[in-house]
Amino acid sequence: MKFLFLPAASDIAQRVDLLFYTLVALTGMVAIAIITLMIVFCMRYRAGAQVDRTNPPVGLRWLEYGWTFTPLVIFLAIFCWAAVVYAHFYAPAPGAMTVFVVGKQWMWKAEHANGRREIDELHLPLGQPVRLVLSTEDVIHSFYVPAFRIKQDAVPGRYTTISFTPTREGEYWLHCAEYCGTDHARMGGRVVVMAPAAFATWLERGTSNASLAALGFELFRRKGCSGCHAAGSTVHAPDLAGVYGRVVHLQDGRTLVADEGYLRDSILLPKKDVVAGYAPIMPSFQGQLDEGELAALITYLKENRGPEK
Amino acid sequence: MDQKNRDSPYLPNYLTEGFTLRSWLTTNDHKRIAILYMVAITAFFFLGGAAATLMRLELATPAGDVVSAETYNKLFTIHGVVMVWFFLIPSIPAVLGNFLVPLMIGARDMAFPRLNLTSWYIYVLGGIFTVAALIAGGVDTGWTFYTPYSTTFSNSNVILVIVGVFITGFSSILTGLNIIVTVHKLRAPGLTWFRLPLFIWANYATSLILLLATPVLAMTLTLVALERLLHIGIFDPALGGDPLLFQHLFWFYSHPAVYIMVLPAMGVASEIIPCFARRPVFGYRFMAYAILGIASIGFLVWGHHMFVSGQSMYAGMVFSMLSFMVAIPSAIKVFNWTATLYKGSITFSAPMLYALGFVGLFLIGGLTGLFLASLALDVHLTDTYFVIAHFHYIMVGGSVMAYLGAIHFWWPKISGRMYPEIMGRIAALTIFFGFNLTFFPQYLLGWLGMPRRYHEYPPEFTLLNLFSSAGAAVLAVGYLLPLCYLSWSLFFGRRAGANPWGATGLEWQTSSPPPPHNFEHEPHVTRMPYDYQPVR
Repeated sequence: MKFLFLPAASDIAQRVDLLFYTLVALTGMVAIAIITLMIVFCMRYRAGAQVDRTNPPVGLRWLEYGWTFTPLVIFLAIFCWAAVVYAHFYAPAPGAMTVFVVGKQWMWKAEHANGRREIDELHLPLGQPVRLVLSTEDVIHSFYVPAFRIKQDAVPGRYTTISFTPTREGEYWLHCAEYCGTDHARMGGRVVVMAPAAFATWLERGTSNASLAALGFELFRRKGCSGCHAAGSTVHAPDLAGVYGRVVHLQDGRTLVADEGYLRDSILLPKKDVVAGYAPIMPSFQGQLDEGELAALITYLKENRGPEK
Repeated sequence: MDQKNRDSPYLPNYLTEGFTLRSWLTTNDHKRIAILYMVAITAFFFLGGAAATLMRLELATPAGDVVSAETYNKLFTIHGVVMVWFFLIPSIPAVLGNFLVPLMIGARDMAFPRLNLTSWYIYVLGGIFTVAALIAGGVDTGWTFYTPYSTTFSNSNVILVIVGVFITGFSSILTGLNIIVTVHKLRAPGLTWFRLPLFIWANYATSLILLLATPVLAMTLTLVALERLLHIGIFDPALGGDPLLFQHLFWFYSHPAVYIMVLPAMGVASEIIPCFARRPVFGYRFMAYAILGIASIGFLVWGHHMFVSGQSMYAGMVFSMLSFMVAIPSAIKVFNWTATLYKGSITFSAPMLYALGFVGLFLIGGLTGLFLASLALDVHLTDTYFVIAHFHYIMVGGSVMAYLGAIHFWWPKISGRMYPEIMGRIAALTIFFGFNLTFFPQYLLGWLGMPRRYHEYPPEFTLLNLFSSAGAAVLAVGYLLPLCYLSWSLFFGRRAGANPWGATGLEWQTSSPPPPHNFEHEPHVTRMPYDYQPVR
């Protein structure tokens, strides 16, 4: 029965399945009850049948309110349950490993922190919480791993994220779920969940590149970021050591937490979120960095915690 | 009911008013305009159906071997565009709404007869642009025109199709406007709001949506065209735009559009079921309020198409809860239709088979909608075949079944002839069986993770796809049958008489086919709708 079975290979998959099968049971019972009732009425009250038809009701207020409010209560319960599970997709476990995934007509590129890259494949260690940071170089794509029950669109011009923990070793389908042009159906590959030791070996093998952070540091100097943002610079620009995760106060009174999305916008659209107390003098780097370089730069900023205080 | 000799073939009726093509193309008679619409949407239905047939043929095997990926993408786009804008949206409102709204409320015509004809010409003009795009090589964006693919990346005839849909939108707006004014101003004496048949309520609510939502679609498509032609940055982030803005605007129209398609179908079921159960509809006022409830809450749920799009998690939660809310009035309607059967005296003519089929399929479509409204489940199910199955249960299992039920139910009124009953029942059962065989396996495919809009698929999905394709073949036969025997009955069908079903609606109080101005005397209404006499 392989063709009717979908493995549950992530922590969230089991929660989703419980919700799914509960809903199947619930809606199945309702559907069977109503269809049975229709069939029984159709047979019992068919024209010509000698049955009691006296005083047919044309509306019963208690019944109408009953079948209005009963579904309401049940629906609200299902809503809450599903919303709680949904929130887990966007709440990474502490110590989650970040992987940058970039969609492109028609392939998926993944970049691990140590600089290992892969195309149309994603290797992950068993039991390790993962947080995917998705972006795209052209149109909207959607990163979909049915066995994990996860799906997240990659949207041009921004980062989106989704978090989960693989819980079963094996190889699983990876698809693009958002229509993206001619070879949409061929955009995909596999996700490989490996034992942590095997994953560590895999990760080290074939890495000729420097780590993402090292690449980012190199870019930080080469693109001239350090000219203003390094400590001791004469230009009045925010010190970026330890910026990731910090609460940032903006010129227009807003505050936000510096995440990948904020760092990305600050590089490409520097006038969008100007830090309080600084003049908006930074030039945009739109068009000068590709998605891979952005990921490297942001990884560097995340890891650059500055001198120990 | 008196139906003595009122159906003499020599009585002047709207069909014998003129036989030339010119007399049809210049008519202001709402009944003739309805026929014009019927002919046009039937042509588009079979065009969209042909595209679907080719898609199912391709999907019978996992490899992409029948058509190329590019052609497949164009097929599902044209299937969606044609079925949504050129068949489903005008189907019940523009054909049966046009024909029946004045008759059901005892009016001589629509409020604006010439505007009515204009809206048909606008529809045809929009259709010409769309067909022209098809001949010029098609379009590959999907009917949803998601940006930035549609504005920057697609190399197909996006503008031509957008112009076609844009133009057709105005015919929707004008039809909606016409129905609203007609229902407000032309009701017969004594026909108060709560004596209106539910079909009128449903078309009235639908018209409100047509009027309020369609302009947003027109605006959105204009912006897509501007970005594509002039590179004005609205949706493409490379030009400074936001692709999610497009999705918000598009679904602000396109979710209510689902209710444009299904509310009139609910109206049809609410006419047919009481007639063949010989019994007033159960809970009339709740049914009317439920229609209005669906029409208004339906405007607030668009974001449930975007749970994985990158919109805020909290926005997702709000839209999810509202989506559960909109399911409640739909549930109320199903319960009331079922209760209408209780203590009835039920016969099973073809219209009733379609109506019962509608309730059953709408029930399944609605219940599976709850899965998609549930946030965490939608993450897995959205953009898979589960969604395809869900909305086809609503739009084909629901709306098309109801449309065909309505065509059979009012065929005696429209044509003056009876359709062959046995053939009618065979076709209804064929369609019901073919439909379930086509679309039920798609629920399973979606749960197993088969994404939609796939030209090829992993081999483990073969068996279920094969079932689905086989079902599509049965369904195609089922849809061709009524086309044949209804055409046959136009000339050879038994004469129907004014009221062959013994129904209570005002439309049955005049001869069949009705005279040019509908009624010999203006009717006076003194009773509730569905005033069927109790059967012992």
